[in-house]
Amino acid sequence: MAERTVNSGDTDVANVVIVGAGPAGIRAAQTLVAAGVRPIVLDENVRWGGQIYRQPPQGAGFARSMQALYGFEAAKADAVHNAMAALLPQVDYRPETLVWACDPQRLHTLHGGREAPVAFTHLIIASGATDRVLPLPGWTLPGVYTLGGAQVALKAQGCAIGERVVFAGTGPLLYLVAYQYAKAGANVVAVLDTSPFVEQAKAAPRLLSQPSTFAKGVYYLGWLRARGVRVEYGVTLENIDGTAGVRAIRWQRNGRESSIECDAVGLGFGLRPETQLADLAGCSFVFDDLNRCWLPERDAAGRSSQPGIYLAGDGAGIAGADAAELAGRRAALALLEDLGVAAPSMPDVPHAWDATTIERKLASIRRFREGIEQAFALPKDPAAQWPDDMLVCRCEEVSAGTLRDCVRQDGVTEINRLKALTRVGMGRCQGRMCGEAACHVLADASGQTYAQVGRLRAQAPIKPIPIAPMLFDEHVAAIPEEARDE
Amino acid sequence: MSETLQTLHYDVVVAGGGLVGASAARALAERGLKVALFERRYCGAQASGVNYGGVRCQGRPEVQLPLAMRARRIWDRLPELIGIDGEFVRSGHLRLARRESDLEPLDAWSAMAENYGLSTTVFRGAEFRERFPWLGEGAVGGSLCMSDGHANPRLVSPAFARAARALGAEVLERTPITSVTHDGVRFQLTAKPETGDELHVSCDWLLNTSGAWANHIAGTFGERAPMHAIYPNMWVTEPLPKFVGHNLGVYGGGVYARQVERGNCVIGGGRGTGDGEYAQPSADTTRAVMREACALLPALRNALLIRTWSGVEGETPDDNPIIGMSRTTPRLVHAFGFSGGGFLLAPGVGEVLADLVTQGETATPIDAFAVDRFATAPVSHAEV
Ligand SMILES: Cc1cc2nc3c(=O)[nH]c(=O)nc-3n(C[C@H](O)[C@H](O)[C@H](O)COP(=O)(O)OP(=O)(O)OC[C@H]3O[C@@H](n4cnc5c(N)ncnc54)[C@H](O)[C@@H]3O)c2cc1C
Repeated sequence: MAERTVNSGDTDVANVVIVGAGPAGIRAAQTLVAAGVRPIVLDENVRWGGQIYRQPPQGAGFARSMQALYGFEAAKADAVHNAMAALLPQVDYRPETLVWACDPQRLHTLHGGREAPVAFTHLIIASGATDRVLPLPGWTLPGVYTLGGAQVALKAQGCAIGERVVFAGTGPLLYLVAYQYAKAGANVVAVLDTSPFVEQAKAAPRLLSQPSTFAKGVYYLGWLRARGVRVEYGVTLENIDGTAGVRAIRWQRNGRESSIECDAVGLGFGLRPETQLADLAGCSFVFDDLNRCWLPERDAAGRSSQPGIYLAGDGAGIAGADAAELAGRRAALALLEDLGVAAPSMPDVPHAWDATTIERKLASIRRFREGIEQAFALPKDPAAQWPDDMLVCRCEEVSAGTLRDCVRQDGVTEINRLKALTRVGMGRCQGRMCGEAACHVLADASGQTYAQVGRLRAQAPIKPIPIAPMLFDEHVAAIPEEARDE
Repeated sequence: MSETLQTLHYDVVVAGGGLVGASAARALAERGLKVALFERRYCGAQASGVNYGGVRCQGRPEVQLPLAMRARRIWDRLPELIGIDGEFVRSGHLRLARRESDLEPLDAWSAMAENYGLSTTVFRGAEFRERFPWLGEGAVGGSLCMSDGHANPRLVSPAFARAARALGAEVLERTPITSVTHDGVRFQLTAKPETGDELHVSCDWLLNTSGAWANHIAGTFGERAPMHAIYPNMWVTEPLPKFVGHNLGVYGGGVYARQVERGNCVIGGGRGTGDGEYAQPSADTTRAVMREACALLPALRNALLIRTWSGVEGETPDDNPIIGMSRTTPRLVHAFGFSGGGFLLAPGVGEVLADLVTQGETATPIDAFAVDRFATAPVSHAEV
């Protein structure tokens, strides 16, 4: 069972749990600890830092400097890592712990081959993001990775995804990963951006609201160009060729076909928030035009629609690492306020601003985000060009044609209904990877907007979990007599 | 469509598009009646579409057997009736005994069922072990009914509604019935589609097939039944090599399991949670059922759990459904409260309801399911 944690100077017992030890979770923990609260920090990864500041496994035997791993971000990575390191004695940190389900006031976790419930009275969800995946024919070939996957390979395993690598899709991460790969000595043969250059130029004024971030983007691009990496804008990705593995990628621009040989493709269209936990926790959702997805509702402080549940970082809406640090701290302040605990003063911590200042900073980052979305908009109606025989859902092997037939025959207009009738999103990934593509096919085939087709409801487990650990739990009650149906 | 509907009169209105309502609508449309089916969400998306998928006569109380056998025959005709096989597999149903003392009731049930033309074989001892080597120590014997099987509820239940529509029934989804009265001659109903204007229709017959929500209509006519909502708990593994030969249950209940063609094991048992409207699976229940399931099927230990779910079903005090004519209102027919066992029965119930409408009676014995059998049941006038 979870430890009971008493907040300072108060007789009430509060179990404060943070899910996620990335920038948002760490800054939230730091703020809580400064106020005398000892939170439980649950994180799926082996080491803290989250996705952006992911640390190589301890003793992995490859030593790359912070500078090499995180580039411009090295100082921030260092600061976040150190903040958490300093907190360790004062938090109940549980790495390699997957939260797989959520009841009212209780999380279900899996750690070290054991299953354990963790009770909470207050929960900060800082669950981060994963790649936004849009398929194209050939996307299931060995050698195709998501951008995030490619980045994990580099940061945590110290290896590249192939010998001749193409990065394709859109978004700032496209250039960042390409840069990180090239910088690490990999052979990056091309960057194919589906968004047109003019849009990126038009977005410049908004992007300049975060001048240093903007400058970094410009720098990556310049660096890649200077090293002779081919960069193409406004492409329509056509096909990844190959049989046993990737052989080439083909695209089109202004009606002209091109292709380039490669043995690996890193594919990504920005990020999508991991919202399942908020969903299982009963938070209500709204469609967000900026993120182009359904997000758990929250106020400026990060309070969800459920009392005692707070949302911070990319898991609540993509805004990047800097915003995540701020939002983590802001959510913690809200939690403290709701607990009746005074906000701590943290003179030694940079950016330990008050609630109002943080909200102002977050609003400014949001303007920058709007610029990013303008610069790297998703391809319009991507599903229109997906051939019928292309797999949309690889776990359940559901093709675009199967989805379209179902829409035609059954007049389906809602994504959960499409799931029930076709199995799309019912496999191991639970729609986390294919759900977005399925929604695009449904919207296109039923003549609705993306928002109108609804959202895939989350179902536990958030990720597949092994059954064996469940058998060790001693707290399992017997099935009651009246519930023992045959 | 909605404008013409406003002035429309139907022979029969079916309230609720689960498998019971949809199969009734299909049967009635086939017999040439003018039918409208109203479903407040999607047809076959409630209990009928999310259940475990057991198509099982074995183990049912004797009073259900004539109906069950009639229903079972319909399952063999799915392709002809609804255009798909619904992944119905005649896998056989193996009802396991966890202790020696469970074998005697299995024998007794088997002898009783024989009278209804249902044949089962009880295995025990070495023969049992030899025949079912994939079963763990949790079972000492079992009764095999080869005519039973399992199907995919997600596909079967919507397909009955589709078939009803193809035969001319008006099927209106996302259109809850919001009020209903009887004017002495016929029923007057209003329904409110999610988009568009309120609809007004009249009909001669009203079938109350609204599942766990059926007391809204029953209560309106003064015969609210003692029924409460239950939320059976389900989960499914990743695809595994084929090893579960039959649809499995156990004497005394607790866990049931089957393996689908793709290799996933679908397992049920215990209860989730819910508020009467929506259901949530329960991690505690899943854990408890896992323990029982792994005792029966050791190979499950090495599998991954990929999804859990639940659904809303109505349960009566005697676990038998309510099927038959209303005692308060002419031409009102009830069919609800299937207490976790309606998937197999539903297509048969549809035929029975069609008999009642077209012939005023049915050859299938249903007296045990009369709505007024709960003499002490409180009667209240709930709103629809
Ligand atoms: C998780 C689960 C597992 C189960 N496992 C099995 C099994 O293995 N074998 C078995 O035989 N049975 C099983 N059952 C039971 C079986 O699913 C049900 O008995 C059967 O589906 C009942 O069918 P129904 O049509 O009465 O109910 P439902 O399918 O619930 O249909 C009723 C419909 O009425 C609609 N409705 C309600 N009010 C209104 C209104 N005012 N206007 C319009 N529409 C309305 C509802 O939206 C609903 O769609 C299980 C049930 C559940 C929930």
